[in-house]
Amino acid sequence: MKAAHEGPLTFAEVQPNDGLKAALARKRPDVIAEITRSGLRGRGGAGFPTGVKWNLAGAASGEEKYIVCNADEGEPGTFKDRVILSQYPDLVFEGMTIAGYVVGAKRGIVYLRAEYTYLLPQLESVLAQRREHGLLGHNILDKGFDFDIEIRLGAGAYVCGEETALIESLEGHRGEPRNRPPFPVDTGFVRRPTVVNNVETLAWAACILARGAEWFRGFGTEKSTGLKLFSVSGDCERPGVYEFPMGISIGELLEEVGARDAKAVQIGGASGHCVPRCEFHRTIAFEDVATGGSVIVFGPQRDMLKIARNFLEFFTEESCGQCTPCRDGNPKLLEGVRLLEEGRCSMRYLRDLIALGETMRVASKCGLGQSSPNAFLSIVKHFPQEIMGRTPQAV
Amino acid sequence: MLVTERERLSEELRELAEAYGRQRTALLPMLQHVQRKYNHVSAYTMQVIADLLDIHPVEVHSVVSFYAFLGDKPRGRFIVRLCRTISCDLAGKDRIARQLENDLGIPFGQTTGDGMFTLEWANCLGMCDRGPALLVNDRVYTGVTAEKVHEIIEECRAEFGLHALRKKEEQRA
Ligand SMILES: Cc1cc2nc3c(=O)[nH]c(=O)nc-3n(C[C@H](O)[C@H](O)[C@H](O)COP(=O)(O)O)c2cc1C
Ligand code: SF4
Ligand code: FES
Repeated sequence: MKAAHEGPLTFAEVQPNDGLKAALARKRPDVIAEITRSGLRGRGGAGFPTGVKWNLAGAASGEEKYIVCNADEGEPGTFKDRVILSQYPDLVFEGMTIAGYVVGAKRGIVYLRAEYTYLLPQLESVLAQRREHGLLGHNILDKGFDFDIEIRLGAGAYVCGEETALIESLEGHRGEPRNRPPFPVDTGFVRRPTVVNNVETLAWAACILARGAEWFRGFGTEKSTGLKLFSVSGDCERPGVYEFPMGISIGELLEEVGARDAKAVQIGGASGHCVPRCEFHRTIAFEDVATGGSVIVFGPQRDMLKIARNFLEFFTEESCGQCTPCRDGNPKLLEGVRLLEEGRCSMRYLRDLIALGETMRVASKCGLGQSSPNAFLSIVKHFPQEIMGRTPQAV
Repeated sequence: MLVTERERLSEELRELAEAYGRQRTALLPMLQHVQRKYNHVSAYTMQVIADLLDIHPVEVHSVVSFYAFLGDKPRGRFIVRLCRTISCDLAGKDRIARQLENDLGIPFGQTTGDGMFTLEWANCLGMCDRGPALLVNDRVYTGVTAEKVHEIIEECRAEFGLHALRKKEEQRA
């Protein structure tokens, strides 16, 4: 276990640019093979194997390709990308450069959320230094490879973290998700093959090239290898960014952050799941409870319905409005929560709401709508005694 | 707007479009520039940008209306955005909200009469371990307490005073 507020993370143990040097000294397929062997999976939440993604983009035809670093970090309760960008920006740029080399891209774009505008001057100066040191720009490390990175700002829309919405936004459109397929790896930014990776994924990729796939595989589980950063907030003694191996149990994690008396924990942010105390033995891994790293702890006094309401308000506001299940479903669920709060919801209506949530999961166009009912559904499932037949609370 | 002002603005936008490559991908950076400098994107600005990038003004408007950090209505010099998402909620954002409304004398969604402050809600700012969190323009404040609200507002006022003073001196020189 490592905690960002207590000392350096594993990222600090990797020699700067070792990964980049190692990558450029090798053939492209070898570099991809190393990443694939490491088992690295996307740290942005969806967990897509990074080696596969790079391989697809590398194999896609076309001279012009792009590497996009997803620094939109908008999932409620997530802030580990901010910590990485503040403390280890070189590693992220290094990861992007490596990705550029393996897929044959010359341009990289960081899509930085508007809320992190204050990081911009520091990031720009790191980029300038990298250019000065021959780590970006023309003929990187004298290996005849050209690559440069620019930073673009978001403008306050959570949905733009979804990779196709992000691309729409970069192209100067409303951040409305596209249908997939086609996937960005063949039809991405300005219709060119594009790799979109999370900040943390890129940083680990650089570490893997520096330390080797075996080193990374030495942590975590068979299906969820390696280390992972967790953003821990809510009712605990020591909130902050933590590094744990994948596969850690929820109970262990809570013990480390000082949240022994938690009654439930939201894993994966607003779009994740609410796990009750009786399931704290479960593990955080792609094969069990998956997450982009957000852990929000709820203490014994918390009103779960109020929490569900907060999440639904979030989705109601952030839905892009393109498709009906999400645009109309979220306000409907929110209205349902209000009825429950007032103690005016029949069991039959609650069942209708649950059915609506399940429909939203399958019928929504993008991940936002598909996951927006999760929190509500898991709270209704695990805390029925708390939500039915309430007497209205004095507000 | 005076004719000369319009001309100056058009010229500025033309230079901006050149700098960003005069294509659709330049739209967001141009709008962000305008928003930062003028606190909103006026109908006239949208028209000029549309012409420069060869797209319909309605397109530009639809982009402006999509993003929370862009808008066609003038906002205050200082935009105060309080996070209302879950972790800040657990950390007591409601009290901060009330204090902000009291100290600024406006409800959420409004701008003070002197055009100094706009008070808005924001969703998760990525500061969840140190909530309640708020943004004032690009600046982040964490662990905000009701007492600190007053300090933050005064800090902005002082900064604006300093800024205005410097501008005056520059003009005199
Ligand atoms: C609504 C929504 C918001 C998302 N927000 C982010 C985000 O802020 N950062 C991120 O890295 N991925 C986000 N994702 C996931 C991206 O679509 C994409 O899977 C990810 O950037 C791929 O990178 P990775 O494979 O390295 O994780 C979001 C997905 C959805 C559906
Ligand atoms: S699911 Fe929601 S956010 Fe996604 S496309 Fe549909 S309306 Fe937009
Ligand atoms: S919940 Fe307020 S900053 Fe994340």
